[in-house]
Amino acid sequence: MLQSIFCGLPLAALETVEAAGESWVSMNLIMAAYLVSGILFLLSLGGLSSQESAKRGAVFGIVGMALAIVATFYLPQVGGSPLAIGMMVVGGAIGLVLAKRVEMTAMPQLVAILHSFVGLAAVLIGFASYLDSSHVLVGTERTVHYIEIFLGVLIGAVTFTGSVIAYGKLDGKIGSSPLILPGRHLLNLGIGLVCIWLGVMFVGSETLAEGMWPLLGMTVLALVFGVHMVMAIGGADMPVVISMLNSYSGWAASATGFMLHNDLLIITGALVGSSGAILSIIMCQAMNRSFISVIMGGFGTQSASAGGGGEDQGEVQAITAEETAELIRQAKTIVVVPGYGMAVSHAQHPVSELAKRLRAAGKTFQFAIHPVAGRMPGHMNVLLAEAKVPYDIVLEMDEINDDLPEADVVIVIGANDIVNPSALEEPDSPIAGMPVLEVWKAGTVIVSKRSMATGYAGVQNPLFFKENTRMLFGDAKASVDGILAALGELAPHGKSKQTAGV
Amino acid sequence: MQVGVPKEIDSGEKRVAISPDGVSKLQKLGYEVCIERGAGVGANFSDADYEAKGASIAPDAAALWDGADIVLKVSIPQEHPGAGRHEADLLDEHKTLIGFVWPAQNEELMQRLAATGGTVLAMDCIPRISRAQNYDALSTMANIAGYRAVIEAGQHFGRFFTGQITAAGKVPPAKVLVIGAGVAGLAAIGTAVGMGAIVRAFDTRPEVKEQVESMNAEFLLLDFEEDGSGEGGYAKTMSKEFIEAEMALFLEQAKEVDIIITTALIPGKPAPKLITEEMVRAMKAGSVIVDLAAEQGGNCECTVPGEVAKVHGVSVVGYTDFPSWMAAQSSTLYSNNLCNLMGALTPDKDGNIVVDMTDEVIRGATVIEKGAITWPPPPPRLSAAPKNAPAAPAPAPEPKRPALSANVKSYLGVGVLAAAILGIGFAAPETFLREMVTFILACFLGWQVVWNVTPALHTPLMSVTNAISGIIVIGALVQMSNPSSWAVGLAAFAILMATINIAGGFLVTRRMLRMFQR
Repeated sequence: MLQSIFCGLPLAALETVEAAGESWVSMNLIMAAYLVSGILFLLSLGGLSSQESAKRGAVFGIVGMALAIVATFYLPQVGGSPLAIGMMVVGGAIGLVLAKRVEMTAMPQLVAILHSFVGLAAVLIGFASYLDSSHVLVGTERTVHYIEIFLGVLIGAVTFTGSVIAYGKLDGKIGSSPLILPGRHLLNLGIGLVCIWLGVMFVGSETLAEGMWPLLGMTVLALVFGVHMVMAIGGADMPVVISMLNSYSGWAASATGFMLHNDLLIITGALVGSSGAILSIIMCQAMNRSFISVIMGGFGTQSASAGGGGEDQGEVQAITAEETAELIRQAKTIVVVPGYGMAVSHAQHPVSELAKRLRAAGKTFQFAIHPVAGRMPGHMNVLLAEAKVPYDIVLEMDEINDDLPEADVVIVIGANDIVNPSALEEPDSPIAGMPVLEVWKAGTVIVSKRSMATGYAGVQNPLFFKENTRMLFGDAKASVDGILAALGELAPHGKSKQTAGV
Repeated sequence: MQVGVPKEIDSGEKRVAISPDGVSKLQKLGYEVCIERGAGVGANFSDADYEAKGASIAPDAAALWDGADIVLKVSIPQEHPGAGRHEADLLDEHKTLIGFVWPAQNEELMQRLAATGGTVLAMDCIPRISRAQNYDALSTMANIAGYRAVIEAGQHFGRFFTGQITAAGKVPPAKVLVIGAGVAGLAAIGTAVGMGAIVRAFDTRPEVKEQVESMNAEFLLLDFEEDGSGEGGYAKTMSKEFIEAEMALFLEQAKEVDIIITTALIPGKPAPKLITEEMVRAMKAGSVIVDLAAEQGGNCECTVPGEVAKVHGVSVVGYTDFPSWMAAQSSTLYSNNLCNLMGALTPDKDGNIVVDMTDEVIRGATVIEKGAITWPPPPPRLSAAPKNAPAAPAPAPEPKRPALSANVKSYLGVGVLAAAILGIGFAAPETFLREMVTFILACFLGWQVVWNVTPALHTPLMSVTNAISGIIVIGALVQMSNPSSWAVGLAAFAILMATINIAGGFLVTRRMLRMFQR
C-alpha cells in the first residue's frame, strides 16, 4: 500500500516549474511531507475505532493538516502570498468561532454547512484552474484536464447547494417534509442530459471565452440539481443525505486533485469519499432501504393508511411521571431508547442525571442506540457524551436487542419509527424489514412523547397500543424532570434485602 | 350533577363503589359527590376520609338516592331493609344507575328497573375489547379472585408453598394446577409462582400457552388438535373426544398435585364440570381445591357454593365472594374502573353525563336507556385479536437457484472494473493513470479503515472528515500565482472557505471526543 503512495508522488504539476531547486526545501522534501500528511490522515480515521484512541487520532489529523499546508507554502507557485495568509487567518477564526459556539444538538447543521464549503471551494478552484493560462495543454491531456475541471465543478456544485438545503432542513429554516415536483425524475434526467451536452461543448471549445458558457451553464444546472435532490428527501432520511454529502465532498476534493495533479488531494478526497459512502451504506441498512430509493426521495409521503391494521388499535394507556418513578423504583434493569425528540427538548441532561442516580442505587441502566436515531450517524452518542453519560453504558442496537426482554422498564424518549413493531410484524408496512429495537419484549415500556403524532415514516406505531406500554405525554425534558422529582433520593447501593430466614 | 354512592346492602358485601381517591377524580370531571354514611366502612374507608376529599355525607339511603343524579353501586339492586323499599324503585327517569346488574340472570329486576324510566349501565356488560380495558370491572374482580384463591388455598393447605431445606429436614414445594388461564387463572398462577409453588396450567385455548410460560408456569398440553377460542376472549364448549382426553389428563394430575384452582367459565352456560368426585378421591389427603366458578355451579362436582366442603380428606373451597374478602383492594380498583367509565361518559369534563349510544363500549354497557331495555346489544365489532380468516400463508421461499451466486457477482464486478481501467489506460495520458492508481488504492485503504470505526463515533468521524476535506485549501493555494486576477480572487475565496472547514472541523471534533468519558 505504501508503495502505491510513493508511485503517485511525483507531482506532475510541479514538473513544469523549473525554479524548484532555489529554496532549501527541495521538491522531494515537499513530496515526503505530503506523504506523511496522507499517512497521518489515515491514522486519524483509524484512531476512531475506539474512544481511547480517538483523541490521539484527532491530533494526528491536525499535525497532518499543518504539515501539508506548511509544505504547500514552500511550493514555488505559492510563495507566502499575504492575501492567502490573510484569508487563512480570517477563515480559521470563523471556523474556530463556529466550532466553539455550536451546540451538540446542532451538530448535523454544522456538518452540513461545512460540506457546502468544500463543495463551494471545489467549484471556485475549478473555475480558477480553467482561467489559468500559464501552461497550455494539447491533445488528450487537454481533453482529460477539461473533463476533470468539468467533473470537479459538477460534483462541487451539487455538494454545495445540496448541503445548503440540508443545512436549512436540519436547522428548521426549510420544512423537513419532502418537496415532490411533478415529473421530478424526468426533470433530473433532463438536467443530466443537458449537462452531458454542455460537457461535450466545453471539451470541444476553442477559446477560453467559448468554453466559459458551457461551464457556467452546467454550474447553474448542477446547483439547481443539488437543491432539487435534497428538497425531495424527507426528514427521516437526513442521516443518509448527510452521509452522502459527506461522501460527495470527498469526491469533490479528489476531483480537484486530479485537476491540479496533486496526489495528497486525491488521496484525502478518496478517504473522505469512501468514509461517507460507508456511512451511507450503514444508514441505508439500518432503514432497510436501498440507496437509490433514498436518493429518489419522497419517502414519508404515503398516506398513513399504508400502516395497515389501522384505525381501531385500541386505546393507549397514559401514565404520570410519579407512576413512572414508582415503576423505575421497582425495576432492576432500565433501558433508555433516545430519539431525535430527546435532542429537540434537550432532555439528555436530566436523563443523564437519572442514569447517575439509578446506577448509584445499584440498578442496571443502559442506553440503546439505533443507527438512525437522530439526524446524523452517531448523533445520539455525542449528545449523551455531552451530558456526561459514560460511553460504556451506551450500547448499539445489535449489542442490546437480545437483552431487551430482560429489561424491567424501557423508556423511549422522543423516538418512534425505530421502535415500531410493524417493521417486523406487518409485511406491507412502509417500514417493513427495517431493523428496530424490540422494546415491546421488555417488562414495561414507557413512551415519552408530545402527542400521538406519527413518526417521519408516517406510520402508526402499534407499540403505543400494546398492553405493556404506557404513554407519558408531554415535553421530554419536563417529563424526565418530573420523574427525577418524584424519584427523590434512592437508597444507596449495598442495602441488600434481608435474606429469608429458615 | 351529583354522584351518589350508597352503602351496599347485600349481606357479606364489604365493597364500596368509590374510594376517597375516586372522589377527587370525579370532582375533576365536574361532579359533586355524596356518600352514604358508613358506606366505606367495610373497605376501611371512614366517612372522614371521604369528607377530607370534599364529598358530602348523606345520613341514609333515601336521602342519598333523592339528591343523586347518578348512583354508583357494586352489587345488583335489591330490597333495602333500612328504607323498606326495593333499590330499583328508588331510581327515576332523571337518574342513572351504574353497577353490576347481570341482566341475563335477573330478568325480573330488569323489568322493574325499566319501569322507573331511568337509565342503567351494567359494569358486567362492558364489551371485552382492548379499548375498554380500563373500565373492565370483570377483569378487575377476576384478578382479585385469582389472587385470593391462592391465599384461600394456603389457608386450608397444611404445608409450605415453597420448597425449603431446613435443619429439621427437607420440604418439597407444593404443586398447584390452575385450570383456565383467563384473567383469574393468570392471577392465580402469578401468585402461586410468587409464593414458590410449582405451577401447571391448562386451558383449551392454545394461544395462552405463551402467557402461562412467561409467568414461569408449565403449560399442560393435550395430544389433541382443537382450538377452544371463542369470541370475546372466552373459551367455547369442546368436542366430546376432547373432553375425554382432558378428563384423563386431570385425573393423572389430581394424583400428583396438592392444590387445584379452577376458573373455567363459558359465557351464558353453567360452569363445565371438570373435576369429578373420582378425581377428588384420587387426591392426597389435605389437598385443596378452590373453585372460582362456584357461583355458576362450580367446576368440581363436590363444590358447595358459598362454603368449604371437606370431601375425601380434600378441602373444596366454594366461596362466591372472593373480591369482597379483599374489600379495600377491590373497592380501590373498582372505583378506578368506574371513574374511567365516568370519564368516557363525560366528554366535556363539565359534570354532565352523556350516554352516547354510538360508542360501542357505552352502547354495550347500557342495558336500559330511559326506561327502554336495550339489552342485549348488537354483537360487538371485534377489534382486539379478531378471529380473522387465517392470513394467507406466506409465499413459500422460492427454491434458491444459484443463478448468480455472490461469488460470481463479485468476479463480474472486479472484471468490469478491470476492463474499465484497461480501457482508460488505452486512451488516457500517463499522468492520469498514475493518479488513478493512487485514487483507487486510497479508496480501498479508506474503505478498510473506516469500516473499523465504532458506530458511537460516527459523528466525530463526519466532523474529522469535514476537517480533512479542507485539504482542498492546498488546491486553492497553488492557484494564487495564477496570472488571471479573477482566478486569484476565486482562489482566495476558496482558501477562506476551506480554512473555515479545517479549523471548525478539527476543533469541534476535539470538543466532541473530549466528552466521551467512561
